[in-house]
Amino acid sequence: MAELKKDSSYEMGLHQEQLKGRTQQKFFSIDESANLTYFHSFEVDTNKSATIDALDMTPREINREIRALMESGIGNITVDNPMSRHGVGVGILNRLNLTFSDSLGYFGCGLIDGPNVHIKGRVGWSCAENMMAGTVVIDGNAGSTFGAAIRGGDLVCKGSVGARTGIDQKGGTIIVGGKTGAFSGFMMQRGRMIVLGDAGMNLGDSMYDGTIYVGGEVEELGVDCVPGEMTELDVRYLTEKLGNYDMKAPNGVEKMQKYVSGKTLWNYDNLEPAEKKLIL
Amino acid sequence: MSNKEEEFVVGDDGLGTDREKDIGQHIGYRYDVNLVPDLKFITPFLQEYIDKMGWKDLNWLEDIHMGYEGDQAAVFDRNINGWVTIPDTIKLPDNQQERDMIARELLIKFQMSENHPMVDLNNAYRKF
Repeated sequence: MAELKKDSSYEMGLHQEQLKGRTQQKFFSIDESANLTYFHSFEVDTNKSATIDALDMTPREINREIRALMESGIGNITVDNPMSRHGVGVGILNRLNLTFSDSLGYFGCGLIDGPNVHIKGRVGWSCAENMMAGTVVIDGNAGSTFGAAIRGGDLVCKGSVGARTGIDQKGGTIIVGGKTGAFSGFMMQRGRMIVLGDAGMNLGDSMYDGTIYVGGEVEELGVDCVPGEMTELDVRYLTEKLGNYDMKAPNGVEKMQKYVSGKTLWNYDNLEPAEKKLIL
Repeated sequence: MSNKEEEFVVGDDGLGTDREKDIGQHIGYRYDVNLVPDLKFITPFLQEYIDKMGWKDLNWLEDIHMGYEGDQAAVFDRNINGWVTIPDTIKLPDNQQERDMIARELLIKFQMSENHPMVDLNNAYRKF
């Protein structure tokens, strides 16, 4: 491996960058027009519908067709015969109602920001990976790493899911109607996970923050995952959230267990920026 | 405590642990990330926004809270990876739930503005 000398990093300007004084405040005016969608998104009408028959289409063709329909103002799209293809329904940064009439493969509906997706089947690994906003509802079961690195929105699986659900979760709400596998909530940083059934071993292992609610039995808690205290606000929130998707906790929301981070793994200090510069 | 906004979020026992006393700063987020929203405080603008998006609740905005940056109240914008400070002209209530709703409303107005930095980035780098 090539050595990076200290002088090189100085020549590259890595130690001269002025960070102090930068602000976004100059961009902010509360008197600006109150748009309700992103400036670059397509204006769609949810009363206009279209159907895509994906039987002989590649994933790229399906995704391009969805985009073309959105561009023409269609706000309600149904994809028939998705044939468990991988990577479809991804990168949608728009308001949209999207329905898949059957199962999807790996990485379905990843990187989305805004749409409401309904999958009338099952999904493979990493469904809604890196999701930013919107809702994804799966009628069947889901594979491993369900909602990996999700940052926002509601991701709902009405069946059971595999291992490492919500790994590296950074926000949003993951709801599992059945059981969840081992290492669910691994390295969770924030957000909420609601499991109505049982949870496998090492639940919430190395979680930094966030909340996990479990309605069934927990096989084993992971490192730094500890029981939390259920509040009246938690109960009200869970009741409303589950009601939005016609779901109920088998033994009632009040009897669900809450788990949070014990925060014994927190290890931050104000020397970090200097240490990073020394590494450079 | 260095300022009132930090004190509001962290509280008097902010520097409670030995480690925090050693380094002189609070360890953790600048707000309670686990505080779930109370929808009875929702503002008309936010209701209009979630209706437009077809959601039944705050969706991704559940993770948005009012924090602080320096000596000012601020909300974190994930799209620019930075804090957006709240103008001094806005008087903030003492209730964190109400403060969070104000933060959510202002963040939406900022993100949907044509002056948001993402618009320039989108124009410069969007591939298709």
